Amino acid sequence: MGERFLMKGNEALAEAAIQAGCRHFFGYPITPQTELAAYMSKKMPKVGGTYLQAESELAAANMVLGCASAGCRAMTSSSSPGISLKTEAISYMAGSDVPALIINVQRGGPGLGGIQPSQADYWQATKATGHGDFQILVFAPATVQEMVNLVGKAFDLGDKYRMPAMILADGMLGQMMEPVEIPDGSSSAPCEKPWATNGHQNKREHNIINSLYLTPQALEKLVRERFERYEIIKKNEQMAEEYLTDDADIIVVAYGASARVSHSAVDSARQQGIKAGLIRPITLWPFPTDTLKKAAQHAKAFLSVEMSMGQMVDDVRLAIDCSRPVEFYGRTGGMIPTPEEILQQIIKLGGEK
Amino acid sequence: MFEFKHLTIILGHYGCGKTNLSLNIALDIARRGNKVTVADLDVVNPYFRTGDYREMLEKEGIKVVAPIFVSTNLDNPSLPAAMEDIFQPKDEYVVVDVGGDDAGAVALGRYARKINEYKDKDIFYVVNKFRSLTSTPQDAAQILREIELASRIRANAVVNNSHLQQLTAAEDIYSSLDYAKKTAEILNLPLAFTTAESKIIDGLDLDSVYEIQRIVKPPF
Repeated sequence: MGERFLMKGNEALAEAAIQAGCRHFFGYPITPQTELAAYMSKKMPKVGGTYLQAESELAAANMVLGCASAGCRAMTSSSSPGISLKTEAISYMAGSDVPALIINVQRGGPGLGGIQPSQADYWQATKATGHGDFQILVFAPATVQEMVNLVGKAFDLGDKYRMPAMILADGMLGQMMEPVEIPDGSSSAPCEKPWATNGHQNKREHNIINSLYLTPQALEKLVRERFERYEIIKKNEQMAEEYLTDDADIIVVAYGASARVSHSAVDSARQQGIKAGLIRPITLWPFPTDTLKKAAQHAKAFLSVEMSMGQMVDDVRLAIDCSRPVEFYGRTGGMIPTPEEILQQIIKLGGEK
Repeated sequence: MFEFKHLTIILGHYGCGKTNLSLNIALDIARRGNKVTVADLDVVNPYFRTGDYREMLEKEGIKVVAPIFVSTNLDNPSLPAAMEDIFQPKDEYVVVDVGGDDAGAVALGRYARKINEYKDKDIFYVVNKFRSLTSTPQDAAQILREIELASRIRANAVVNNSHLQQLTAAEDIYSSLDYAKKTAEILNLPLAFTTAESKIIDGLDLDSVYEIQRIVKPPF
């Protein structure tokens, strides 16, 4: 590749994973994510990889656990209800310190919900992608090009910190097409994995990948070590984009597709002379607390815009220690907020001209 | 000005621009003072489909026939009975937007006999050089073969709809001409026309170019 092509978000995610050295995809079809699996089924055999449609979402995620335990770059993808089914295996991956990529192209929920775009899985992705004390890395692309760039990053950081990583997209980003450039070998070469269960050849002790611990003391010690690693990640891996925030009174905080809409709303507000800006979290975990704290020094109020009933808004309040008013505006169930609706909220928040 | 037949069927790979082209052709025929029905025969794609533009089309006097559950949460491949009437020759124009690839074209097979009997028709195979899975003439030709097998109807011309959305420049269109010609050659079909957005069409020095607007886009 290397040239510019028009790709659907779902296809771009798949191609980027292949370019990042992933050769093992395990999945199960679900709208609005299916093009990702379809692309993998066409492409993986051509590059000597494995595309496997499992008998269920849980089976697919467990295949990823097994494959990644052997040191391979492995992934699965689904949409909201399918991710719920995968969470048991994701918890096992976290509990076994196994890196893997999970892609969620979110749709409306709860339950079967609907097939239109949504961001209502923020809590699931950042707080509880399964049972137990753990976090996973969560990346939120807002363009098809950024989807490509973040897939490589997610694999790299997952390997570096030995933990699962998620791309939290939504149906709009998955289905829309944009011009993209996919650089060959877009991420660094897969790193050495001395922990992998890939055959000891009688040259080392055998490795064990496991999440069961027979004494609570051992389990507590391991979980504490894992959380020390999380602190390092929180310090070093926060990512956010700022747009017109330097002099902004009202700062909209939005990620993914709702950040695209918010971007248009901030432009309209500026045209009316309102000092509005946008902070777009790119990592949702670790949450870009530093960027928000800095902005809270001069901003008068924040507005969290989401395609949900208000989930990230909690993290915005925590990030700034509730030092400024944080309001929320959202649409849910598969509806997308319009730039006009967001503009009205900015005006309501008292954006001064 | 391209002379459209009474029945125009649009086939192609996912995301090559079938829906956008169908909407443009329907609007064009209607604005020439004709009665037009546009049929959304896509039973595969959940978003960005002809049925989503019903309001805009009906304002222009265009009739829309679409799956009953289009734009809803029901991912159900059912077609309305009115679709049957679409392929009945009459003194009106019909533009049919078919789903992508062979999977999307299966639904068309339901009407294959009627379509094959229909005399005054064009069945266009739309290609876009900038779509990653159809970027070579060989790949593009292969997809039409799969579509024809699934739908049991044959295309009679290729349409070059190569573009990179808002980033399309004149040189992109020029660079796609050879690709489109070669695709048509492999398929042994004529090249009907090359499309270009209004904003770049003036600078183009081409024999058969068809002006379109970008109608299908995300809400931001």
